[in-house]
Amino acid sequence: MAELSQRPFPPGEYPVVVVGSGPGGLQASYFLRRLGIDHAVISADPSPGGMFRLFPFFQRLLSWTKPYGPVPRDHRFYEWYDWNSLLSAEAESRALMPEFMDGSSSFPSRPEMESNLAAFADRARVTVRYGCRWEGTRRDGDRFVLSTSDGEYRARVAIFAVGVAEAYKPDTPGFELVPHYVDTRAPNTYAGKRLFIVGKENSGFELATGLLQWAQRMVLASPRPARLSVNSHSLMGVRARYVLPVEDEILGGGVFLLNASISRIERSGAGFMIHCIRSETGSEVAVEADEVIAATGFTCPLLDLPDLGVDVFGRSRLPSMTNYWESATVPGIYFAGTIGQGVSGMKKYGLPANSGAVHGARYNTRTMVYQVARTHFGVELPRPEIDPAALVDALLREATEAPELWNQKSYLARAFTLDPAEGIRDEGIVPLAHFVDEEGTAAVAITVETDDTGDIHPAVYMRQAGRPAVETLLASHPLHDFRGGENRARLAELLRAPTAGAVR
Amino acid sequence: MMMSQEELVDTLAGLSLFSNLSRPQVEQVAHKMTEESYPAGQRILRQGFSGTGFYVIIDGEVAIKIDGEERARLGKGDFFGEMSILLGEPPVADVVTTRQLRVLHLGGPELEEFLRDYPPVMYRMLKTLALRLRNASRWRS
Repeated sequence: MAELSQRPFPPGEYPVVVVGSGPGGLQASYFLRRLGIDHAVISADPSPGGMFRLFPFFQRLLSWTKPYGPVPRDHRFYEWYDWNSLLSAEAESRALMPEFMDGSSSFPSRPEMESNLAAFADRARVTVRYGCRWEGTRRDGDRFVLSTSDGEYRARVAIFAVGVAEAYKPDTPGFELVPHYVDTRAPNTYAGKRLFIVGKENSGFELATGLLQWAQRMVLASPRPARLSVNSHSLMGVRARYVLPVEDEILGGGVFLLNASISRIERSGAGFMIHCIRSETGSEVAVEADEVIAATGFTCPLLDLPDLGVDVFGRSRLPSMTNYWESATVPGIYFAGTIGQGVSGMKKYGLPANSGAVHGARYNTRTMVYQVARTHFGVELPRPEIDPAALVDALLREATEAPELWNQKSYLARAFTLDPAEGIRDEGIVPLAHFVDEEGTAAVAITVETDDTGDIHPAVYMRQAGRPAVETLLASHPLHDFRGGENRARLAELLRAPTAGAVR
Repeated sequence: MMMSQEELVDTLAGLSLFSNLSRPQVEQVAHKMTEESYPAGQRILRQGFSGTGFYVIIDGEVAIKIDGEERARLGKGDFFGEMSILLGEPPVADVVTTRQLRVLHLGGPELEEFLRDYPPVMYRMLKTLALRLRNASRWRS
């Protein structure tokens, strides 16, 4: 095994190059290898884990892993109770997160998460060329050429899993004087200080929660009022773990939440003067503080990809993508991991999918790799034939216990084609927005959605050949078991005519 | 097309829907709504689907189609999705991108509070709806 002592994937030509060794890069490589697609994985980091090697600053995640969920760890629905393990078909590399948790919280600590990802890379034998920094990109005929600190990589398909982790500060005057979230110091150095945090998203509230017992006074400011996940019926907004500063504000305990934009920041003595404009009234207010931290978000480190034609948008500079996470403007460039949040999907009732977190991104990445395999490498994925009498059961079972549908509500769906020539075929997990707009063969897809009242129920999308899909909502259930008689009857009625044509 | 936050606020301030808001209010709108990007040929609103949102076009163009037949086009500064949210009914038309589209999105359940928070936006929207109603009446007569 001489190659073990050498770094893998020397520069050269590969069918696919994957950039990144966070959850997205590891997951993409795992599925590429499973499908027998040769590829190189390169990463500037020294070890696996991506952003979890450094963040969150206060060392505990926002995503749960419940070691003792309602289903055993080898059941596929356990993935709904374990948001932090990567996907694997093999027992030795599946559902690894609980193994590393010490029982003090259902939210793993950052080092526990880092261990989980390192164990996955090890046990699933995902190989990475570490310490190899991607520095630029160009085209050469039908190849992408990635220049790196180790030399050039050439590939027909490039998958970028580089995260949304580059510190962003607005160009408002004075922001250059103050640190970003990523440069927050040890908590005790804020003892007795008046702290001003710019931003009321989770990163701002994470700092506020962690520094609550150190700072003497805290002001959090941004134009929009703080939004809480318990009110949005989703992971959108400040998570319950970070709500303590909100309660302190309500009780008048030295935390202030200001709806204001920052017009400028100036030095004032040993501290700062922050000039704000109240969003509601337009009136000016100046706040003095000893310390300022800009919790103003992150962008995608896409280097020169925009020069290659990759369109990017928004504050996070996310790439514009198709529903299969391919650049909308440069075919052959794909994105894995948290960057996938740039694909909005249906966003029913305004609720985004969980593509920005591991528990959503891992399914997106698998679906994307399957699509790469089909369209670029002619891989034929299994499409098992289903007995028509078993279709209703299969659909309702998926709605009740498919982790893909629960983790990516109204975003990923389980699809079955109903083609008279082929019978009923299981097409696996598909992006819902793609399914409902594709005017292909007759088909049915099921998904799980949360509506504006917080009700969680299945939604069925039926497509006749060459026509857009039609939506039918099924009934919810107090314990989320959707397999009851009412739904069975409804679904059987919906499927009667289309499946009759698909019975051979 | 990549815009800084400052440029986005400038763009919004220039749209008639937001033209009567103060600068701090426009900044707040830019934070309350989410910027999204869609490739050409995708449906944003789908006839008969529940739970739809409100959209303001900041770049690009969409076609409005009823039963597959194109009825109108909307471009920069135009908005769509408000009808089905206000009525609590699924859209009666598809809205399909004709090219790369950049929009600001607001979830359906947030629209009522949004309009109450910014009466000038409500007034502008009312004006647009009145225009659409007048044009629809003209077609009928």
